[in-house]
Amino acid sequence: MNRDAVAKISVRGLKKSFDRKTVLTGLDIDCAVGESLVIIGGSGTGKSVLVKCILGLLRPEAGSIRIDGVETVGVSAGARERLMHKMGMLFQGGALFDSLKVWENVAFGLTAGRSVEREAAREIALAKLAAVGLGREVGELFPAELSGGMQKRVALARAIAAEPEMIFFDEPTTGLDPIMADVINNLIQKCVRELGATAVSITHDLVSARKIADRIAMLHKGLIIWEGPTAEIDRSGNPFVDQFVNGRAEGPIEMEIRAL
Amino acid sequence: MLSFLRAIGAGFFAFLGATGRLFLFALASLARVLRPPYYLRATLRQVIEIGYFSLPVVGLTALFTGMVLALQSYVGFARFNAESSVATVVVLSMTRELGPVIGGLMVAGRVGAAIAAEIGTMRVTDQIDALSTLSTDPLRYLVLPRLLAGLLTLPFLVLVADVLGVFGGFLVGTYKLGFNPAAYLEQTHQYLEAKDVVLGLVKASVFGFIVTLTGCYQGYHSRGGAQGVGQATTYAVVSASVLILLSDYFLTQAFFTR
Ligand SMILES: Nc1ncnc2c1ncn2[C@@H]1O[C@H](COP(=O)(O)OP(=O)(O)OP(=O)(O)O)[C@@H](O)[C@H]1O
Ligand SMILES: [Mg+2]
Repeated sequence: MNRDAVAKISVRGLKKSFDRKTVLTGLDIDCAVGESLVIIGGSGTGKSVLVKCILGLLRPEAGSIRIDGVETVGVSAGARERLMHKMGMLFQGGALFDSLKVWENVAFGLTAGRSVEREAAREIALAKLAAVGLGREVGELFPAELSGGMQKRVALARAIAAEPEMIFFDEPTTGLDPIMADVINNLIQKCVRELGATAVSITHDLVSARKIADRIAMLHKGLIIWEGPTAEIDRSGNPFVDQFVNGRAEGPIEMEIRAL
Repeated sequence: MLSFLRAIGAGFFAFLGATGRLFLFALASLARVLRPPYYLRATLRQVIEIGYFSLPVVGLTALFTGMVLALQSYVGFARFNAESSVATVVVLSMTRELGPVIGGLMVAGRVGAAIAAEIGTMRVTDQIDALSTLSTDPLRYLVLPRLLAGLLTLPFLVLVADVLGVFGGFLVGTYKLGFNPAAYLEQTHQYLEAKDVVLGLVKASVFGFIVTLTGCYQGYHSRGGAQGVGQATTYAVVSASVLILLSDYFLTQAFFTR
């Protein structure tokens, strides 16, 4: 299969740094149409930064990000807004609007972004909430009245409410119990299989990664150091990946810590 | 000596840069008014938040300002037998100067700080990024409604302040200083022109814009968690207050000295 011809998202030579700190150092990655890509990697390696660059929320210093074959780095605000219609994002911290009720949060992309009627949007929102295991009564609460895991699920419902072509999940199962985590995994699979969406997920949860990923890529020191089909993660032959998958403190990935 | 000059120069350019960025931010936000969508619900909410909920604090300060003004000018004018000008002094000072300035400063403390804290928190918790991913322009959804609300509601707020200030002067004048109520009102009318009130309200509108603009700007550009938001709030109130007093001078010069 010629990846370049069908790539939904194609990143080349991406560089991003903050003040003195370099995070991404010329990263390349592709994601095919309808594919579920999972990005793994140590804490603070720049996974969230990568996704924010693809979404256009952060501006990279160098490199190219093509979506459907069209360059998106440095496009006009209007073009960016049209691009955003194709994308949904679950933020690591949820990023729920705390001045709005839960259902208004979920319906936000429909009412504000796509001018759907409030009542119709409300019904869609309640249906999406039900899909993440939250009842109608939760819809009337405010985000601050929910537990962390519930907030995560509301954020997930919001990200998929408008059924975007491309969905980004930043740690979708962190902070959920194992059963709810599996419900969310199923939901992500459903988005990809039934809606034909392209999904890019970030996770530390390898159970989840194995379940939702078609392909897994590992980020380390600003580069993708390994990528391959999900089945190959256990025989990658890459010492970094092995250390990460087996969760060992000893190995080539040095944690910047000192013993007590 | 050289390093002293360099410090002044650097400070000056930093000030110019900051003003320029504030100006561009205002321009970019206001340009959104030219094209739909408009967020009427969000705008209405801000009008209520800024206009209605500021009434008590602005009203109370205006009332006492009017009362103090009457007392002070009476004491001063008594020294050259000009006590009869008290009513005129109160009404002119309130409408031309103190109503707008006190209203602006009180709103800077109440509303400017709240705006900076709210938008700043939204910034550091990714809510502003979330708006963009939901196809909603943050400047249009968050900033423009606040700017318009500041621009449009401050004149009404200050009109109330004017009335209450004059009323405060009237209370002190009649109950404490022994003026005849009818004569006091007569004098209040005598030298007041429509221009005094209207130009005062124009000032109020400018101040409302300044307060909401600095609040939005500082919040929008805040970074670094709770501490960053706290800093943004402080900067918003301080820069709004300074800009109000600065622009007040120039507006007064443009409006009232000819
Ligand atoms: N807005 C920012 N300003 C400055 N530095 C930042 C900013 N955002 C991220 N960074 C830095 O970039 C690096 C990568 O951050 P990022 O959030 O992408 O990590 P991550 O891989 O998502 O980690 P985690 O798994 O813990 O979420 C971090 O070291 C962080 O300090
Ligand atoms: Mg992250």
